[in-house]
Amino acid sequence: MIPYQFGYHRPGSIAQAQALFSSLHDARFLAGGQTLIPVMKQRLANPAHLIDLSRLEELSLVAAEDGAIVIGAGVRHFQVEDSPDIRRTIQALARLAGTIGDPAVRHLGTLGGSLANNDPAADYPAAVLGLGATIVTTNNVIAADKFFSGMFQTALQEGEIIKTVSFPAPLRAGYAKFPNPASRYAIVGVFVAQTHAGVRVAVTGAAPCVFRTTEMERALSIRFEPDSLSDVRLSSDGLNSDLHASAEYRAHLVTVMAKRAVTAALDGQSSPIRE
Amino acid sequence: MTVVNMTVNGSPVAAEVENRMLLVYFLRETLRFTGTHIGCDTSQCGACVIHLDGRAVKSCTMFACQADGASVTTIEGVAQDRTLHPVQEAFREHHALQCGFCTPGMIMTAIDMIRRKKAQDRKMIRRELEGNFCRCTGYHNIVDAIETAAEHCASDRI
Repeated sequence: MIPYQFGYHRPGSIAQAQALFSSLHDARFLAGGQTLIPVMKQRLANPAHLIDLSRLEELSLVAAEDGAIVIGAGVRHFQVEDSPDIRRTIQALARLAGTIGDPAVRHLGTLGGSLANNDPAADYPAAVLGLGATIVTTNNVIAADKFFSGMFQTALQEGEIIKTVSFPAPLRAGYAKFPNPASRYAIVGVFVAQTHAGVRVAVTGAAPCVFRTTEMERALSIRFEPDSLSDVRLSSDGLNSDLHASAEYRAHLVTVMAKRAVTAALDGQSSPIRE
Repeated sequence: MTVVNMTVNGSPVAAEVENRMLLVYFLRETLRFTGTHIGCDTSQCGACVIHLDGRAVKSCTMFACQADGASVTTIEGVAQDRTLHPVQEAFREHHALQCGFCTPGMIMTAIDMIRRKKAQDRKMIRRELEGNFCRCTGYHNIVDAIETAAEHCASDRI
């Protein structure tokens, strides 16, 4: 499969990338390309120009700051999986990164690319929302709660580039997902975190956009253990229904995955996927 | 069109390519390294796995122009002179292929996983093979081969 023709540009800085974006008609930013390129091959996306951000060193740093891990938007999934700083501070995040796609995809795919795309079944949005992370862009500082606005929709404006994501270190966190066996995308994935600001539960894969479930957060605030969720049932209204899973099945899976995520958080490890 | 310079299997190459040319087509059709296969063309099957600056990637999921300045290794570049690479030898020894279509990608993935020390047991090997499909073998002999190769090769010398 061969995409339509496009112009290819590789700027040397974020500033150059933005200048290019304003000067070109119908341009898109290219990060790791692990979603955009397949979509272009199917000719579902046909940008006139690609602006390749993947080599910008400004976007590729990981830093431990007081009480938080700051990850550049261009950091690849395998780097998050392997980073000693991230493993020490937010192990659930490192483990989540290690369940995205497959090893070859993890060598190229990036944090910023995943967030800007906001696929309904992507893993990173669950961690960003579940940990209450902050997204720093060229124009703004955006709280996770305001970032994900709908299916493939975010608060990003035209030409805005994600620079870093700051993840506050939780007291405990865990992620569990039921992956589609072919694509490894989440049929349902649940990220649970006990943070200094309370318990947060973020669900990906189940609905058109990642979301928090306040019923589960309330139940876990009383007692942070799997059994607190046994009687919490999510309504299937508005959940995704497709050939992989019905809305009712997804609603059921949310509770199952949330309980596993809590168990993982208590064990200090993320139960990554069904083996 | 974009001019790209890269090293492929140890030799420098320079060419003018269409921006939309995928790396796998550049390797196969421009350079005639046809050992790298196109299976699914949808980033799932792993028949096109090559090493880009030492890491396994799917060459159907990047453009040739993105590999400008990179060092690329394909299946043709892993044997030394006329001696098979230890992972190739292990695949031969264990009969880890039937039709052979997926084998180049399997071997490139296997070398990468051994280098990353992710071939320590059979469960880990199977998990690391998530991005490579084989429609003949049931994977059993492939796992045998990788396990044997990992036992015999130090991860930093492969």
